[in-house]
Amino acid sequence: MTAPASSTKIRGETLLDVNHVVKHFPITQGVLFRKKTGAVKAVDGVSFQLRRGETLGIVGESGCGKSTLARLLMRLEKPTAGRATLAGQDLFAASGGELRRIRRNMQMVMQDPYTSLNPRMTVGDIIGEPFEIHPEAAPKGSRQRRVQELLDVVGLNPEHINRYPHQFSGGQRQRIGIARALALRPEVIVCDEPVSALDVSIQAQVINLLEELQDELGLSYIFIAHDLSVVRHISDRIAVMYLGRIVEIGTEDEIYDRATHPYTQALLSAAPLPDPDAREHRSIIRLTGDVPSPADPPSGCHFRTRCWKAQEICATQDPQAVLRAADPHPSACHFAELRPAL
Amino acid sequence: MSQHAVRPTPASPTPPGGHLLEVRDLHVEFRTGEGVAKVINGVSYHLDPGETLAVLGESGSGKSVTAQAIMGILDTPPAHISSGEVRYQGRNLLDLPEEQRRQVRGKEIAMIFQDALSALNPVFPVGWQIGETLRQRLGMSRADARRRSVELMDLVQIPGAGGRLGDYPHQFSGGMRQRVMIAMALAMEPKVLIADEPTTALDVTVQAQIMDLLADLRRNLDMGMILITHDLGVVADVADRIAVMYAGRIVEHADVRSLYRAPAHPYTKGLLNSIPRLDQRGGRLSTIRGLPPNLMRIPSGCPFHPRCPYVQQVCVDVVPPDLVLGDGRTSACHFAQEVRDDRAG
Repeated sequence: MTAPASSTKIRGETLLDVNHVVKHFPITQGVLFRKKTGAVKAVDGVSFQLRRGETLGIVGESGCGKSTLARLLMRLEKPTAGRATLAGQDLFAASGGELRRIRRNMQMVMQDPYTSLNPRMTVGDIIGEPFEIHPEAAPKGSRQRRVQELLDVVGLNPEHINRYPHQFSGGQRQRIGIARALALRPEVIVCDEPVSALDVSIQAQVINLLEELQDELGLSYIFIAHDLSVVRHISDRIAVMYLGRIVEIGTEDEIYDRATHPYTQALLSAAPLPDPDAREHRSIIRLTGDVPSPADPPSGCHFRTRCWKAQEICATQDPQAVLRAADPHPSACHFAELRPAL
Repeated sequence: MSQHAVRPTPASPTPPGGHLLEVRDLHVEFRTGEGVAKVINGVSYHLDPGETLAVLGESGSGKSVTAQAIMGILDTPPAHISSGEVRYQGRNLLDLPEEQRRQVRGKEIAMIFQDALSALNPVFPVGWQIGETLRQRLGMSRADARRRSVELMDLVQIPGAGGRLGDYPHQFSGGMRQRVMIAMALAMEPKVLIADEPTTALDVTVQAQIMDLLADLRRNLDMGMILITHDLGVVADVADRIAVMYAGRIVEHADVRSLYRAPAHPYTKGLLNSIPRLDQRGGRLSTIRGLPPNLMRIPSGCPFHPRCPYVQQVCVDVVPPDLVLGDGRTSACHFAQEVRDDRAG
């Protein structure tokens, strides 16, 4: 595979369609009579599409709602509002057997390979557990063979099927987590910070594995991470989130080379580059302050309290993520413009 | 049992009065029920006032243990310093009795940690925690300590410092908590600040703020800073010199520019090649094969040889000495020059 993969990759039809998804966690007071006094607006109207075979990266700082979004898509949380369809089926309305069938098609890889694997279960049981819940996915007699195949696919020794998680290193454990996610042959895998707990030299191995699996199995990924370099490397398109909303979404060139939202620009400029010679001629946009509380986000544009371009209109009018004149990709800023070349 | 080569301090000009801080041929073992783990195997580095030395390594490389040995906060047992020196202003700290050691700790050499939330006491207000050092160590009155605490919080740019003395750690954001930790570390005006992964738990925009703050403080107070990190990006941004650790040894030591331009150890080269770049997309990442060694069974010869693309028989048999490459650079690789000049790998 060579460099400009994103532009040449043939993308299929829309697989996952997410529309104005909202998740508000209630804040309550009182012990006996719990009174709702407010809400943490973790996800506040998010829309995007994921096409077959593509990787959508989701970046943002802690508290921006990216992990809540993942949990909503996995139906681990119930959304407050919004709609999502996976291969045409309504994700949020399904229940019982229908929900189980949908879940077969969408699996998750967690961040922490130390806590996401049950220490009392063997690797074979961990990877084979999805077959207990979905017996139709693999007949009983063939399960052991299938688990060994999966171990082989993720680059582990199939003979280690009876070992326990503590006998593996962090990178190997993440491979076990990936094998478990692959067990039911899903079309979509949601990866929530899959490499951020790993050492640098191990990160590259796991990223390469995810890319190889995508090529071989035609998987679609939602890849959530805070490391901008990793996201650029693996993603075809990227959504940037801030305080529960997508502020900018586009192809990796559009986001990394032609960002028009001030938050994206600040985020990119603050990421350290592994190049000491770049020290002098980098111009870092220094954001002041911290991300406001999602329980009480600023009116209008959520970013306006830290934005150097903020005007009257930003406090009163909520900018929509629509195409802006500056560059043809959606950006939720009234004053979207390219950052002048240095 | 692997033997250890004698490891001199990398050749760089020694100032007339000696270096501010110097670690010489440090060896640390962890004696556990399962055996002896050789965690530090002959580490030497030095620090001068006003400079930033980055100690880079992956988990288990020994970068934090070295720092804990300097601070004298190693858990003993299981840790055991088997040999070596930690010289501060000419004195070997390892020879000092605990009472005198305590005078150095915090006052001369201070440390900040990765996780500010667990390093701060949750049941006391931050103002009280910053002031505690001042009252205990300098015998300041409560009012004076309070005044000084506000000054320190101003120094680390906590907005509205006066009004936040009574707040508890959980009322601060991650970045602000890290500032509180820095304020505590600066209370005694140390000459050396050891920052152990100070921004790893923080978001990138906050990370930039904290690294800026540390750089300003180091300049203004003329402190020497040891920055312990695994992040090649952060190092490139702030460090003057860099020491790369692997399996308890410093495998490469160089000024930061030459190291990034032409790494002279295969491990450093592998690390630099395996990180995805923000400024380019690229295809498959190149990887370092295999896993870091188990410190109870460090491979013979060069500890990196099972993972090294340049490996030869000599690497299996002989522990490589620190080859001096000029400009104060050293590399613990038998083929250091070839690796440095091989731009293709």
